[in-house]
Formats: sequence, C-alpha cells, structure tokens
Amino acid sequence: MTSTLQISRLTKRFQSVEALKEVSLTLELGKRVALLGHNGAGKSTMMKIILGLIPFDSGSVAVCGAAPGSAEARAQVAYLPENASFHPALTGEEQIRYYLSLRGESPKLAMGLLERVGLADAARRRIGTYSKGMRQRVGLAQTLIGKPRLLVLDEPTSGLDPVSRRDFYDLLDGLAAEGAAILLSSHVLTEVEARTDRILILSEGRLAAEGTLAELRRQAALPVGLLVTPAAGNEIVLAGVFPEAVRADDGRLRLLCEQPEKLPLLSRIAALDGQVADLDVIPPSLEDIYAHFSRRAGQ
Amino acid sequence: MSRVLATAVSEFRIAFRNRWVAIATVMMVLFALVLAAAGAAPTGDVGVDRLSVVVASLTSLSVYLVPLLALLMSFDAVAGEIERGTLPLLLTYPVSRLQILLGKLLAHIAILGLATGLGYGVAAAAAVVADRGALAGLPSLWRLVWSSVLLGATFLGAGYTLSALTRRTSGAAGLAVGLWLAVVVLYDLALLALIVSDAGGPLTTRVLPVALLSNPADAFRIFNLSAAAAVSAAGGIGGAADAIPLWQSAASILLWPVAALALAWAAFRKVIP
Repeated sequence: MTSTLQISRLTKRFQSVEALKEVSLTLELGKRVALLGHNGAGKSTMMKIILGLIPFDSGSVAVCGAAPGSAEARAQVAYLPENASFHPALTGEEQIRYYLSLRGESPKLAMGLLERVGLADAARRRIGTYSKGMRQRVGLAQTLIGKPRLLVLDEPTSGLDPVSRRDFYDLLDGLAAEGAAILLSSHVLTEVEARTDRILILSEGRLAAEGTLAELRRQAALPVGLLVTPAAGNEIVLAGVFPEAVRADDGRLRLLCEQPEKLPLLSRIAALDGQVADLDVIPPSLEDIYAHFSRRAGQ
Repeated sequence: MSRVLATAVSEFRIAFRNRWVAIATVMMVLFALVLAAAGAAPTGDVGVDRLSVVVASLTSLSVYLVPLLALLMSFDAVAGEIERGTLPLLLTYPVSRLQILLGKLLAHIAILGLATGLGYGVAAAAAVVADRGALAGLPSLWRLVWSSVLLGATFLGAGYTLSALTRRTSGAAGLAVGLWLAVVVLYDLALLALIVSDAGGPLTTRVLPVALLSNPADAFRIFNLSAAAAVSAAGGIGGAADAIPLWQSAASILLWPVAALALAWAAFRKVIP
C-alpha cells in the first residue's frame, strides 16, 4: 500500500452550506502537498475530517488504510492546528512530555524535540509567557513525536519569521525523506512553491485545480508580462511600435501577451537592437495563478 | 492506563498552578478546625467519644463543601479545553475520551482526597489532643474520608457533564452553582417541607427514604451518620437515617460516582471540537 491518504468524492454540509463538494485526493508516502484556498474554502474542514474530528456526509476517506479518527489512524497521524494553543499554566517541556506519554513514547525525549524546533531555552517557562511564534513551535515539536506516517498541518508557518519558516520547511523535507506524507495548508503561495511536490487549490468547497506548479501554470495559460526599457531618446518611437503597451511613469513600456505569442514578440523586441535598453519577462505570479483558479471555480 | 496517569499528572499540575490544591486544602482545614472547636462542647451529654461528634459535624460540613469544591474544579474540564482551543489537538492523539475524563477525574479526586484528608486529619488531631478516648472514633473518620471522596467524584462527574453539555465555561459555571443549590440546599428544604406537611403519614415513611437515597448528598449524610452511630448528635434530616439500612446508603454513594461518570462520558462523546 503506497497511498497514505485516500479521499474519494468527499462531501460535507453544514446545514444548507456545502463546505466540501465531491473532493477527491490521494496522498502517497513521502509526498508533500499544499492545500491552498481563501478563508472558508474548506481547507480546515477537510483537515478536521481527515483527523476524524468531524463527521462527513458522503464519499470515503481512508487514513493509512483505516477510518479517520480510529485508534489505528490516530496512532499514525500528527496534527498541527491553526493557531496552536496549549494550557498556559504548563511549561513547553511539560506539555511535550504529556504528548509523548499519550503516544506511548518516553517523556525524556521532550527536550530533544524542543531543541529541534529551537525552543530549548524557553522549555522551562510557562506557555502563557510564550509569543505566538513560540507556541507555534511547541505545536511543531509535538508533530515530530514518534514516526507519524501522515502530517496534517493547518497553516503551519503562520506566526513564524522568515528564517524559522525556512528551518521549518527543512524539517519537513527531512520527514518526507523518511517516508511521511505531508498535507499542509497555507495562504502564502510563494513559500509553498519550492517546498511542496503538489499543489491543490480549493475554492468554495471544490477542488479547483491540482498539480505541480508548472502544470498549474500551463493549465492557467495566463498572459505573460514584458517590461521594455527604451534606450535614451527612443521612448516615443517605441511607444509608436507597440501601441498596445501601457507606458509607466518611468518611461518603461508594459506589454501583455498570450503564451504562444511570447517568442514571436520577443524576437520583434530583440530586432529593435539599439532602441531597447533592457527587457524583463514577468511570468504570471503564483498569486495570479491562484486568483485565476479560485475565481474560475467560484463562478 | 499510562495515558490516564499522564493526563492525571498534567491536570494535577495545572490545578496546583491555578492554586486549586491550596484553595481546597486551606478551605477544608479551616472549616474543620472551626467545627472541631465548636463541636468540643457537647461531648459529656451524648455519651460518645469526642471524635465521633467531630465526625458528625464534619459530615454536615462536607455535604455542602465537597460538592461545591468538586463542581468548582470540574466545570472547566471540557468547556475550558474548547474555549482555549486545546481540545481538537488532544482528540487527534491516540487517547480515548474516556481516558481523558478518567485522567481528569483521577487528578481532581487526588486533590479532594488531599484536602479532605488534611482537613479532617487536623480536626481529628485536635479532638485526640483534647481527649485520648477520641481514638475510638478513628474508623468513622476513615469512613468519612473515603465517602467524601466518592461524594466528590459524583459531583466531579456532574461538573464534567455540565461542562461538556454547555461547551462554554461561563455557562458551565452558572449551571454548576445551580446544580449545587438544587441538589445540596433546596432538595433538603423541599424534603423538610414534605415531612412537615405530611406529619408522619405514608409520604414520610415510603417516599422520604427513596428521596434521600436518590440524592448523593443525602445518601452520604445518612451513610456517615448511621454508620457512626452518632445520629443523636446531629439533628434535622439526619434523624431519618434510622429508617434506612446501611447497605442502601452505601450502595447509593458507591453507584452515584459511576452513574455521574457515565453521564459525563456520554456528554463528552457528543462534543464535536
């Protein structure tokens, strides 16, 4: 068995609202998948269903071959909730020791886990005194307990500074290399770009798009932007050559073209040797691609 | 079992940091000392040892105080986890909801045991210092300690139930106070009214024993008073203890904690985080 998580035609309703509509997804061993979507798109609902915290209406979900929320599934799944919170009266070390005991591991491993997330210095302080980022690290530390086969991380990097985010993704790389499957949700598209194997875009409960970033880029087929900097004194001439271009305040010309027209346009610009000082090609950003899919599904 | 213990250790630590251990212990010790001092007067007349008289007084105290302490410690148990947002994560761990409840119960019972043990112990020590013969009352003191813990367990279970049903600490706290008033205070007043209006009729002889046994606080009072053979030292409803066999009140105080925990479990199982 290679798929750690198998979801098929999952549907979940809250009263009259359909939170998830026929969502299917398969997550294999060692794969990192990012779940993107705006607020209310169904990301957290889907995660809670996978964890067995809330029931679902139809479809099927198998977590490590077991029913979500069953003892067998829970023993193999680690979860990081959005805005991880803990009892403020406990210290970070006590909290992790407790979680270790619940997973049948030795509480002595607590300090090692806290060191891995860079929280060793604050381990003996009460969580009530922690910052949001530090609480998030306690949350990360508890996902490392044992050898989870599936990690479900709800906005894991919220509250972390850029350096900590990089450390966090390094940690995930290590876990994925050891065979864990990782499902994480995020608002920050640029950070999941390089660090995940596959991207899923949820929009209003539907799976709007799925694939690697390159595949999504191709599917979206968004226009490419070209930024032409005219050589001194050639601004007017160039504006005449490209009447469709938008002239920016600094004199540069902004062109948009569809993917198939990109190369012909580039050679036209290259032919204007001497009149062009510089040229930048701006591929559609992740935000553009994301907006494209969520808008399309929303209509 | 290790998961229950780990939960209990964690809960005990939280209760300790939140001063619940100190509050419960100081409260029990202070009240017990006051009663020991006040109860020292009538010894000569009733012809029982001093400690048995103290136990009779402590029984009346515990009927009010132990349920109150138990409800105060337990109303936060589920609702607090929901409000802090700690419940979803906890429920994804390989630990059952019953184990979580048992862990909390174990910690809270330990605190109640500590508080009542110390409180009654101090009162007993005071009685023994004043009168060597008071040692004869030790078995009834021991009975009072463990039955107090069982009474506490019943109200802990009730508190968990309210906590799981309301899912809000404010709501659970209000209901806990209401439950305490209804079961511990108003229930007895209603029974007294019944006795007075019935004037020894069939209601008093048939309904009253059942009514007393079905209330955990009354069953606790009757069990301790009839077992300690110090009924005469306590007036009021305790007088009814004569009519009820000891095994019945014992069964009531043993069964109530189980029933309360079952209720709490049923309510907690319905909680969707």
